[in-house]
Amino acid sequence: MKHQALPPEFSVIRNEDKCIQCQACVRQCGFDVHEYDEEKNQVCANETNCVNCQRCVMICPTKALSITNNPNHYRINHHWNSVHIQNISRQAATGGVILTGMGNDKPMPSYFDRILINASQVSNPSIDPLREPMELRTYLGAKPDQIKLTSENGQLKLAEPPPPQVRIETPLLFSAISYGAISLEVCETLARAATELGTLYNTGEGGLHKDLYQYKNNTIVQVASGRYGVNHQYLNAGRIVEIKIGQGAKPGIGGHLPGEKITRSISETRMIPEGTDAISPAPHHDIYSIEDLRQLIYNLKEATNYQKPISVKISAVHNIAAIASGAVRAGADIIAIDGFRGGTGAAPMAIRDHVGIPIELALAVVDQRLREEKIRNRVSLLAAGGFRSSADVIKAIALGADAVYLATAPLIAIGCRLCQKCYTGKCSWGICTQDPYKTKRVNPELAAERVSNLIHGWSHEIKEMMGGMGINSIESLRGNRAHLQGVGLNEKELKLLGIKYAGEAI
Amino acid sequence: MKKVYANPKHCVNCHLCKVYCIAAHSKSKDVLKAYKKENLKDTARIIVEETKTISCGLQCRHCDEPKCVASCISGAMRKDLNTGIVFCDPSRCVGCLTCVVACDYGAVQPGPDGKALKCDLCKDLGEPACVANCPNGAIAFLEKEDE
Repeated sequence: MKHQALPPEFSVIRNEDKCIQCQACVRQCGFDVHEYDEEKNQVCANETNCVNCQRCVMICPTKALSITNNPNHYRINHHWNSVHIQNISRQAATGGVILTGMGNDKPMPSYFDRILINASQVSNPSIDPLREPMELRTYLGAKPDQIKLTSENGQLKLAEPPPPQVRIETPLLFSAISYGAISLEVCETLARAATELGTLYNTGEGGLHKDLYQYKNNTIVQVASGRYGVNHQYLNAGRIVEIKIGQGAKPGIGGHLPGEKITRSISETRMIPEGTDAISPAPHHDIYSIEDLRQLIYNLKEATNYQKPISVKISAVHNIAAIASGAVRAGADIIAIDGFRGGTGAAPMAIRDHVGIPIELALAVVDQRLREEKIRNRVSLLAAGGFRSSADVIKAIALGADAVYLATAPLIAIGCRLCQKCYTGKCSWGICTQDPYKTKRVNPELAAERVSNLIHGWSHEIKEMMGGMGINSIESLRGNRAHLQGVGLNEKELKLLGIKYAGEAI
Repeated sequence: MKKVYANPKHCVNCHLCKVYCIAAHSKSKDVLKAYKKENLKDTARIIVEETKTISCGLQCRHCDEPKCVASCISGAMRKDLNTGIVFCDPSRCVGCLTCVVACDYGAVQPGPDGKALKCDLCKDLGEPACVANCPNGAIAFLEKEDE
């Protein structure tokens, strides 16, 4: 057989007693699943197209819809599961690479779920954050090895100015998502939320749209291998300049924004012709060594007059500690490590699901290595890749992060339901698309409020948990691994994480 | 007076404003019962104008000098002088539809029963149902100086 139809992955269950044929689902589905049959006066579903993004379920005014996994799927096989069969079948038809979106969804061990947080009892009283000061503010940037002071007219002053520091009011930042991968409305949402929260969002490699320059005080500008939209004004607009070496979802490979997504506005922002493919090479073609990285870091420092910290974003891979150490020695002020759960707008599934290492281990070994080499003060560490709750954030900070990058969580706050079809450009939620009919679905004002609420909620929870530990400043929690203990971890894992087993005396 | 204003920039073309308009003007005030028991489908008093990429919900402007009221032959169409709301009293409407022709905005429509249907700003509910239920903030109930 030349063509083999694939069974639908999902079943669309419509309760006909509740369906009022208002057709909201028909108008909202980005994948042409729902269709109104006038003859039957019934809304029907083409289930083959359904991606279970839940947009119809959310919009249905009578809650008549539910989406479930298709029960008539392939025969259960614990080695050849339905994803393998489906992918092989698709590739047999097309000869192409299987693409996917968002982060690794495989049941790999989550170390966050095997780490538990300490709390104070009796001898070291806990702190009530509602009654006593609790500081989440922190500063990103290199800290000097020692502080030299001089005395002028009896007043003590810093002998030399400190390296550039960027203040953030909560240790939660929004990680890089480019304009092009997501709509301008979503970029604006993150920019507005970051501004309201006193934290930072990241432009990704897509340049900075002219309408977003007003949020520049809360912007990290990224320089990636494609160098899209990079110019003097852009570099100086951001508070931090980030060199993107790698991305957790797809370490070792670049990116490809297809020409049909390069609208006039994106072409202006990226400074490339309209309708042309935007291809980000896998490596930076001018970086083949730590010395080359140092050159780019210092080029950017020169271009920004040594006023901005330079961040280097690397994906968590096997030799991460040595790579991070090299980046510090190359002059990075901030290192962002993106773990294997990190999201993407498009990546080959084979890479997303199998390349890279967990952020928990990467972070722990990097922090440890930099301490051993006595260079930990020279960088701030940002952890990224799959942070699901405030508890994950606390654990990462106690493992050594200065702050945490979030992208999937705020996208979920905006509406994303992780259907993983970002690469199709059809996003029903209007997030990962450039179709003007759909991008309107994100109202930046309402969406920014939802994102702010989320970060407020997490910040509050972080304060409560810190209070429980008897800690009143996020900077006192950083690398404070005595507050973490493991369950279900072996000796090697405990050693790499630098924590003890639950119940072991501290 | 406070009126309903549409913002096409945020309208997602879901037509939920129509659904909740119908429910708000039903006896049961319940979406399912309004459609399934009271058979009120196609009685929305808000019109969603849509092209391929632009859409917005439109309804009565509650004019200072409403032509529908002036043209009404039975005294069914009235303007409440206290609230400014223009509304139709179905018990007096004879279905001549002069108001439908007279309205400059196409905001009065003939209902399935032949009588005039138009927005009454949900005068018995406080906030118009279309505004309260718009999922994306595309319709607002605002006091504006000039129109």
